[in-house]
Amino acid sequence: MIDRKEIDALLPLPAATFHILMALTDQDRHGYAIIQDVALRTGGELKLSAGTLYRSIQRMLEQGLLAETRERPDPDEDDERRRYYRITPLGTAVARAEARRLSDLVRMARACGLAPRTT
Amino acid sequence: MTFYNCLLRLYPSSFRHEYGDEMRALFARRLRQTSGVGHLALWLGTIAEIAGNAAVVHADILRQDVFYTGRMLRRSPGFALTAVLIVALGIGATTAAFSVTDFVLLRPLPFPEPDRLVTVLERTPGYDHMELSGPNYRDWKAAAKSFESIGIYHGEQLTVLGAGEPRRWTGASVSSDLLPTLGVSPIVGRGFTEADDREGAPGTILLSYRLWQTEFGGDPTAIGRPLSAQADFDTAVFTVIGVMPREFRFPNAKVEFWITNRFGARQYAEEERTDNWLNGVGRLKRGVTLSQVRAEMDLIAAQLEKAYPVANKGTGAAIDPLSDDVSERSRLLLVALSGASACVLLIACANLANLLLARALARRRELAVRTAIGAGRERLVRQLMTENLLLAFVGGALGIGIAIVAVPLLAQLVPPNLPIAAAPSVDTRVLLFAVALTVITGLSFGMAPVLRAGRSPDLDGLRDGARAGDGRKERLRSILVVSEIVASIVLLVSAGLLIRALLTVRAIDPGFNAEGVLTVRTDLPMPEYKTVVRREAYYASVLDGVRALPGVTSAAFVSFLPISSFRGGIWPVSVKGDAEAATDVRTANNSAAIRYVTPGFFRAMITPLKRGRDIEPGDTRDRPFVAVVSESFVKRYFPDQDPLGRHFTFAYADREIVGVAGDVRFRGLERKSEPQVYLSSQQVADGAITFYAPKALAVRTTGDPARFAPAVREIIRKADPKLAITEVQTLSEMIALETSSRTVQVRVLAGFAAIAFILAAVGIHGLLSFAVSQRTQEIGVRLALGAQSSDILVMVLTRAIVLTLAGIVPGVFLAYAAGRSMEALLAGVRAADPMTLASAVGLAAVMTIAGALAPTLRALRVDPISALRSE
Repeated sequence: MIDRKEIDALLPLPAATFHILMALTDQDRHGYAIIQDVALRTGGELKLSAGTLYRSIQRMLEQGLLAETRERPDPDEDDERRRYYRITPLGTAVARAEARRLSDLVRMARACGLAPRTT
Repeated sequence: MTFYNCLLRLYPSSFRHEYGDEMRALFARRLRQTSGVGHLALWLGTIAEIAGNAAVVHADILRQDVFYTGRMLRRSPGFALTAVLIVALGIGATTAAFSVTDFVLLRPLPFPEPDRLVTVLERTPGYDHMELSGPNYRDWKAAAKSFESIGIYHGEQLTVLGAGEPRRWTGASVSSDLLPTLGVSPIVGRGFTEADDREGAPGTILLSYRLWQTEFGGDPTAIGRPLSAQADFDTAVFTVIGVMPREFRFPNAKVEFWITNRFGARQYAEEERTDNWLNGVGRLKRGVTLSQVRAEMDLIAAQLEKAYPVANKGTGAAIDPLSDDVSERSRLLLVALSGASACVLLIACANLANLLLARALARRRELAVRTAIGAGRERLVRQLMTENLLLAFVGGALGIGIAIVAVPLLAQLVPPNLPIAAAPSVDTRVLLFAVALTVITGLSFGMAPVLRAGRSPDLDGLRDGARAGDGRKERLRSILVVSEIVASIVLLVSAGLLIRALLTVRAIDPGFNAEGVLTVRTDLPMPEYKTVVRREAYYASVLDGVRALPGVTSAAFVSFLPISSFRGGIWPVSVKGDAEAATDVRTANNSAAIRYVTPGFFRAMITPLKRGRDIEPGDTRDRPFVAVVSESFVKRYFPDQDPLGRHFTFAYADREIVGVAGDVRFRGLERKSEPQVYLSSQQVADGAITFYAPKALAVRTTGDPARFAPAVREIIRKADPKLAITEVQTLSEMIALETSSRTVQVRVLAGFAAIAFILAAVGIHGLLSFAVSQRTQEIGVRLALGAQSSDILVMVLTRAIVLTLAGIVPGVFLAYAAGRSMEALLAGVRAADPMTLASAVGLAAVMTIAGALAPTLRALRVDPISALRSE
């Protein structure tokens, strides 16, 4: 069971951190793949720089949101130097909590007429 | 890519090691995808992005390290507290000493382009620096080309009349060009113009910021207000024309107002050429050097000597930087203070280094484990540096607190005659110094263990039961302890010498008995008190009233009391038949201090009358003019003769010697005083020499003299309610004030020495404790093999004694050198004073025993069986 307090202490998440967690939700990826996934998801709006990516990854590793994995999804085309990252249960829980927080915010904004209502 | 590699160097090496390859690959890919302008944009964006991200990564590591350090230190609070206190003492002492030294000696004077300002004085026979006379000033000023301007000033006091009791203000009378020469103008109102400074011009006055606040509540409408006031020579109305800036204190911190000199023909008359009473300040023209102006002034002085061969015989110009206006003694005193604080800091740092070394040894296991599980060397070094700096910063902050508390206590060390505030404060400059000191302390003395950690993967540390420390490290620690002992010996000896000097000065006989004497000073406004009759009536009224008080044994008036605010008053003496009497050339040896007294002065002061009689009520103006002279006067002018009945010319009249009194140290306990001549208050022409008309009252009492102050005030008020009463204090207080800078200095140095003493004892204790704990097994083996307790005792104590001797020998030599360099402060006590040296060495022995006591006992209590078992 993950401690509620531990999750709350990490919120709100920096945008880059949230994007990286989303990119890793469906599969393990290496750095470049994360950048590509984020760019694709945001329609090219957000292009993570190498510096921001690895600085975030280092912090997320320390916080226990990610883990490095030794399993290579596709060993044949893989470059040995690449490191793969996997989201941890804590990472998933934090991402969920962040999503909930954001959707609550949007709900409140809607109630004030600041955001369009969905039909 | 080379440039990108350089950029990556901004990251901590651990991060670079971890992610550098992938970042390079990603960047190369991006580079391939762009071209032309895109290239440039990518590079610019990358530079900004890496700089920002690297800073964040560094901050992340710092945060972790600080957090980790905090946890470590909480786990060993004894170590943390000791280290912080040691740093705090070192930084506090040094910062406090620096704030005073910087304030007095280092920082530029608070005037624009202060290096162009010089003092302009005369050099006369026997005096390196003598005030200017009016005519010489005028002639110098007219002839000199090196100055942009020259101004003059002299001290002035005003009795301000108005509502309530008259108040006495201290200030300066200046020429209209003095303030422009200094480069300062009023913040409110206007400055002096030439028209304000002419003879007969209406009185104008500039207020100090403080006076404006206290007397006028900072009211801008004070400008233009008239003030009725009495100066020493006249009563006049002064119109307030302006207020000077808050930080403007010239010539000294006590100044409350400025008025103009308004000199006329009288002040510049030829007979005034030997009347030296003005202080000059000049601003050199741009590019003129000190040697150039000196050469020019020498030439001018030589021409004037040719023109006035009698008055100006041997008179030269003394031109010095205004910033040099600190006496050699004050300078030496502050240098000694800085040296002492440096010793304290050195000891503190040595102690800290020792503590950190011991801790690094104790943490070998921890560091080895961290290396073994993959912590990079850079991370370990960084962690240790963070730890040292954190300790240094906490200690430094506490040290600044100590300095803030200590600085006001050191204010007595600021000489009172400088154009700066009376007391320094801890300002940005001092804080920057303290921070720099803290960083240097943290970095340099935390370095030894850090270098060790960075050197080799210390896997020995993992072995169970590994003995920490090898011979090399113990040697380093011994050297540190020895240097602590050396520094503390130097401090102990210096403090001891200064204590001896203070005792010597206190034991100096001032020539009178200060116990039980109340002193009061009143001005006697002219022209009202111009006549002898008027003054004698006032003296009689006050003295009759005071002498009638129960508990008062005697009382008398004098021009100026010894060791009071005015210590000069030197007049030429000519003895009849002396060749010099005809020409009246000034020499170093024909002067004496002039004091007018009322009868009973010697009784009130308990100054012994060695021969003849006192000044008497019958010594009136129609009787032959008489004088009581000091023994040194007799020695100089009538050696081996009976002085009684002899005549000499002094203060415009022939005087007959009727009595000889003991010498009095008018100029101060530690200064040579000129011979003294006491004249009857009645034997002077009306309106002549009124500056020396007796105005200081000495009242000898039984019991506490301060108790009589209200009654004496009341009697003076009854005699003349318009008189301002000032300088109400006991003679003992005046003497104490005389030695106060010495007292403070002794206290500071003794304080420093005490800190050094304790720190050095702690150092010895630490080192021996460590050595004993390292040798527990050895001691156990020895005991098991039949060694006696006394053998163990000898083993431990030998170490302590060797350490102490190694410190004492060079310590005593250095202390002697330090003592020699501050001999001018020692009032004749020799640097090699055997008692002081013996006491310091004795204290060092006590320090060794105190430091060695606990470790020795621990060694004696070693249980051979358990010591061997743990092997």
